[in-house]
Amino acid sequence: MADARRAALAALLACAVALPALAVDAPASAPSTATAASDATVKFEPPAARLTAADPALEARMLAITGELRCLVCQNQTIADSHADLAVDLRQQVREMLQRGQTPDQIRRYMTDRYGDFVLYRPPLKATTAVLWLAPAALLAIALLALGVVIRRRSRLADDQFEPEPMLDDDNAAEPLDRPGTLA
Amino acid sequence: MKALKFVIPLAIFIGLAGFLFKGLFLDPREVPSPLIDKPAPEFALTQLDKPEQTIRRADMLGKVWLLNVWASWCEACRDEHPYLVEFAKMKALPIYGLDYKDQREPAQAWLAERGNPYDASLFDQTGRVGIDFGVYGVPETFLIDKQGVIRFKKIGALTPEVLNDQVLPLVRKLNG
Repeated sequence: MADARRAALAALLACAVALPALAVDAPASAPSTATAASDATVKFEPPAARLTAADPALEARMLAITGELRCLVCQNQTIADSHADLAVDLRQQVREMLQRGQTPDQIRRYMTDRYGDFVLYRPPLKATTAVLWLAPAALLAIALLALGVVIRRRSRLADDQFEPEPMLDDDNAAEPLDRPGTLA
Repeated sequence: MKALKFVIPLAIFIGLAGFLFKGLFLDPREVPSPLIDKPAPEFALTQLDKPEQTIRRADMLGKVWLLNVWASWCEACRDEHPYLVEFAKMKALPIYGLDYKDQREPAQAWLAERGNPYDASLFDQTGRVGIDFGVYGVPETFLIDKQGVIRFKKIGALTPEVLNDQVLPLVRKLNG
């Protein structure tokens, strides 16, 4: 009886652990359709698909580029994903530019000339975006430095400092006798 | 040293709170246009009323003019249109429309019903010229100087405040 209950509980737990993993799987596989020339990309947007069903390779290149461009009408979507009128037009524009043999860099330039760096989901490193790019590394460096300082300070403390109050650092180390707790 | 331990986190917190507070009042829809102080893009479009007549960028050189992007399907254009009609009566500068991704008949009917503030409307059926102007939300309004350089852009509906406080002073300065 107890065993059965335990088994059921284990199964439930296993489900609870497995479910989020499944949920994470789904979005992780989604971006790959943007780069692979799979049949799925043709179904992606009916009106656009009709225009280019003949050339899935071109469609894949177009989606790879527009997948990194922000749609200005619905700002949290990419131009590849968005159904906004402007995004449909811009996808067509990118197709035509690719057909004319223009490079992805030229196409990105075309977009930033009109809409600014804001369209790029990967903004370039320049004076105005330096904080954006460098802050995470700088914060990590500061955190590691602080960690190093704390560890070094602690390693210099004598062993007996750790017994009564393990959390002491050297600011407090000088005054343990002032504390009512240690006096008693 | 002890005071510092208290002050540093407080300073960080105040700094962060300051940024977040400022963020409350920023509109992410107002993307700064890279076209400001750049030459207006080339265009050659037929007039809405006269399909046989084409207006080009070069035709507009030598005057300070306003380009108002509108469409008969555009809701916000209805809000700004009365202001534009009134503003046109001041004859402060030539006002041209860019009828964006529209059809001729509904667009003409729309102007007939609401009044036509435009010296002429350029008919951009495909929206290609709109893309070259970086249009992403109709209505948008551009102020273009005598050299064909874009000097001001308003995204969204014009208001009397924008016209009085931003457009008119700039027109006077550019014509000055």
